[in-house]
Amino acid sequence: MDQQNGNTKKYGMVIDLDKCTGCGACMVACMAENNVPFREDDTDKLLSVSWMRVYRLGNGKPFPQVEECYLPRPCQQCEGHAGHSPCVSVCPATATDYDMRTGIVSQIPTRCFGCRYCMAACPYHVRQFNWWDPIWPDGMERMLNPNVSVRMRGVVEKCGFCFHRYQLATDKAYLDGRRELEEGEYQTACAQACPAGAILFGDLNNPTHAVHKIAQPDSTHGGRPRNPKAFRLLERLGTNPKVYYLSSKEWVRKAGDNQVQRTEQTPKA
Amino acid sequence: MKIDRRCFLSFIVGGAAGTALSPLPWKITDDLSIWSQNWPWTPVPPAGETSFVTSTCTLCPGGCGISVRKVDERAVKVEGLKGHPVNDGGLCILGLAAAQLLYAPTRVRGPLKKVDGAWREISWADAIKEIAAKLADLRAKGQPQSVAWISESDRGTTAELCKRFLTVYGSPNYFRTPSIQDAYETALYLTQGQRAMAGFDVAQADFVLSFSSGLIEGWGSPAYMFRARNAMRQNGGRISQVEPRLSKTAAKADQWVPIKPGTEGALALGLVHVIIAEGLYRKNFIDSRSTGFDALKQIAGASYAPEAVSRLTGIEAKTIVDLAKAFAGAKKPLAVCGRGSGRIPGGLQEVLAVHCLNALTGSINQPGGVIAVPEPEYIDWPEPEMDAVASRGVQQPRLDGAGRDGFPLARYLLNRLPEAQTAGASAPVQALFVSGANPVYSLADTQAVAKAFSKVPLIVSLSSYMDETAAMAHYILPSHAHLERYEDVPAALGFPKPILGLSKPAVKPAFKTKYVGDMVIALAKAMGGPVAEAFGWESYEACLKQTLGNAWDTLVKNGYVVDAKFKPGEFETPSQKFEFNNPALAKLPAYAAQRAPGDEKSFPLTLIPYDTMRLASGPIGSPPFLVKALEETVLQQNTALVDVNPATAKDLGLSEGSAAVLSTPKGSARVKVHLFDGIMPGLVALPRGLGHTAYDKYLAGKGVNTNALISPVEDPGSGFEAGWGIRANLTRA
Repeated sequence: MDQQNGNTKKYGMVIDLDKCTGCGACMVACMAENNVPFREDDTDKLLSVSWMRVYRLGNGKPFPQVEECYLPRPCQQCEGHAGHSPCVSVCPATATDYDMRTGIVSQIPTRCFGCRYCMAACPYHVRQFNWWDPIWPDGMERMLNPNVSVRMRGVVEKCGFCFHRYQLATDKAYLDGRRELEEGEYQTACAQACPAGAILFGDLNNPTHAVHKIAQPDSTHGGRPRNPKAFRLLERLGTNPKVYYLSSKEWVRKAGDNQVQRTEQTPKA
Repeated sequence: MKIDRRCFLSFIVGGAAGTALSPLPWKITDDLSIWSQNWPWTPVPPAGETSFVTSTCTLCPGGCGISVRKVDERAVKVEGLKGHPVNDGGLCILGLAAAQLLYAPTRVRGPLKKVDGAWREISWADAIKEIAAKLADLRAKGQPQSVAWISESDRGTTAELCKRFLTVYGSPNYFRTPSIQDAYETALYLTQGQRAMAGFDVAQADFVLSFSSGLIEGWGSPAYMFRARNAMRQNGGRISQVEPRLSKTAAKADQWVPIKPGTEGALALGLVHVIIAEGLYRKNFIDSRSTGFDALKQIAGASYAPEAVSRLTGIEAKTIVDLAKAFAGAKKPLAVCGRGSGRIPGGLQEVLAVHCLNALTGSINQPGGVIAVPEPEYIDWPEPEMDAVASRGVQQPRLDGAGRDGFPLARYLLNRLPEAQTAGASAPVQALFVSGANPVYSLADTQAVAKAFSKVPLIVSLSSYMDETAAMAHYILPSHAHLERYEDVPAALGFPKPILGLSKPAVKPAFKTKYVGDMVIALAKAMGGPVAEAFGWESYEACLKQTLGNAWDTLVKNGYVVDAKFKPGEFETPSQKFEFNNPALAKLPAYAAQRAPGDEKSFPLTLIPYDTMRLASGPIGSPPFLVKALEETVLQQNTALVDVNPATAKDLGLSEGSAAVLSTPKGSARVKVHLFDGIMPGLVALPRGLGHTAYDKYLAGKGVNTNALISPVEDPGSGFEAGWGIRANLTRA
């Protein structure tokens, strides 16, 4: 119902892959903002907790026609149909929920009991399980951000579009006597940090916001982008994610939906 | 009662069903969750009042503005400063992880002295007294020139204090760590007569031709280059990247031109040849603002015709001609060089060739071109009084030969110091100070460097961290970490305008540390006599405040002062023109492609180090977040991966993930193979910044230090370090 009353926000992201340099600043900005733990050996990426991860894509061609592209992957904040996102619909503990007012898929670590259904349900591998206790070496716990709770062993965590920043921004706006946030008042840590300006963040429902203007989401077709350069990851799954990617290269846009490749490869295998 | 099978089974099934129906399992699960969530070792960050401190990052010479977010007295996160002319809100990966450096377990917590190979704590007063006594000894023996100082930079008040100390003490041996700045500064001086830093107006250019420069891999001021590169592409500009490997810069360029490593200078001369032959150069600049054009014509003569250059570089002749036409045809073309992040100066002739390319298109001191940014001049201290010992000492030749005989053009040749130290019977360096640098890790052939350093009887490290050089030192006088101190940032590397930044303490020093500037003043005072008299300041902060004068208040408030209306000065050569030829240039040996050292038969491949933003390769060791952010194609467990072309790997019988031994004339290391189509066949690429022996468990012992496998190569014309790689072999382990 909330969705129809016009005041609802749909916070989303547009990541310009032509601009992204694969430097990894977004990953570290996120880790520092959200108290993401690290381990002595974090090279096994299946076990490593990283809310934002930059993937390296190749066009699969030999030297020298080879091309590369870098793709930052935060939580895609799927809306599905009316908030029916893959992870939310399977969580038995209501530890993850779809917020109709902001469109953000939350994750409440203290409710999570670690069944990891959500990890199995998420097609984007954005969810990670804490197999170990988080340990900060002596003295380094001083850098922990009090706005984000530290997660313990045995729970799942993921990107929540820096929801605490939304709360801080709205608090400030209310104190200033405003009901609405300005564009840019609420930014995720990755969007703020990106030295290449590749990550834009804003309200996809607001036609004056840059993200809306660029992605041109088609609300009658599950938010599909009308901008021909824009695409979403695994569009055909109908997850209706709120992270849009831009690329001028066709092979990159195709790589965003790996189902295409899979159907091509099946006969050979 | 007899328990039969039937009874037993009913008991088990009934018990299980009963338990499942009771609240017990759910209660236990719930309690377990609550219990595990309240383990006392999961930290709960204390809440507090949030505040922001505006400052300037000093982790690299990039000069980015930062905003340090604090919660009460804790520095929680470092973010980019919005509106700052260099980075405008963005920040590089290292800058963002800076709080981890502040609270690193490898911080040295107070002055240390090595006694019988073990570290002992010592008080500041005693440490300074002991070092001052040793320095006084050397001075009394008439050997003040045997004291050397290695620093990351030679600009700003801190560096000037160190230099001033050496001067009044009587030594000419101040060293700045090598970088592409050395070669660019020399090129600007030779051709334009300007003692200046090279700035690059990438943002306003419309065609950037990069000779292996990692525009988005740490070259120049990293965050500025990211921004500038996007701005120029947004305006329709194009980038061509000439490089042997598909680096991130190459991958994000509009064109990638693979080139045989080390022949970038030959390509530049080849382009000069085509541009002259086809008459594509800017005639008004060449006719009215340059001299010696005929000499350039001769240098880039028939031996640099496209066919010849094609044989040298492995690039098709047509591509060379097209590239030349595209470059000269652009409105505001800009050519840049300095491999990767620019840690190695490279051959002077190579930089000159690229610089001449810019001159041919008039891209010198013009919007979108190479800008001569004047050296900062705000430090105006009275000349110190020198006694006889000092005057005699500073007259002694520098240990690296810079500024005389063979290398009149160079100012610092740190790469030549290790050899100078070990060549003779007696070691010329008797005392060595190292501040903001980690030469034992970052100079080529680390074994030779360590051997040379082991012959120094007194090494004083001023590092904040227990790095490789500090581990070899006799005393560590730890400096404040970068978020704990005042410091002026005299320039932003590669930024096209003069800018002065101020680094401010965001938090109080956590340990018993003393900033380098204060240490120098204290040491000078302990020395007494003319040395003490040259340091009239009470503290470093007082010195800085006095030096910056009127700018202080603005700097404290905004964090920077930029000369927005800056116009580059006129050429200062005798002819007042850009000189393609003059006596100093004529004396230089002709350009020759630098070969990788080593024998081609036993080492059929070539190893090239590469830079990545996700690893700090300079004086700072990567904090845990950076190592965590590394791709699995770079590091797996503790083993680094080398990039190898699939065709080369097939010849060697290696496949993806194979364990292999990488050997060079300098040493060998265990690596894993990553098949990468983006590298020329015959090459092996290894990232810089790994293979630390010092620092904490999050960094030490991971991967290989490229500098341990590489040997230094001296540029014959300038003495600069010019090694870009080494012959290598890769065998199945």
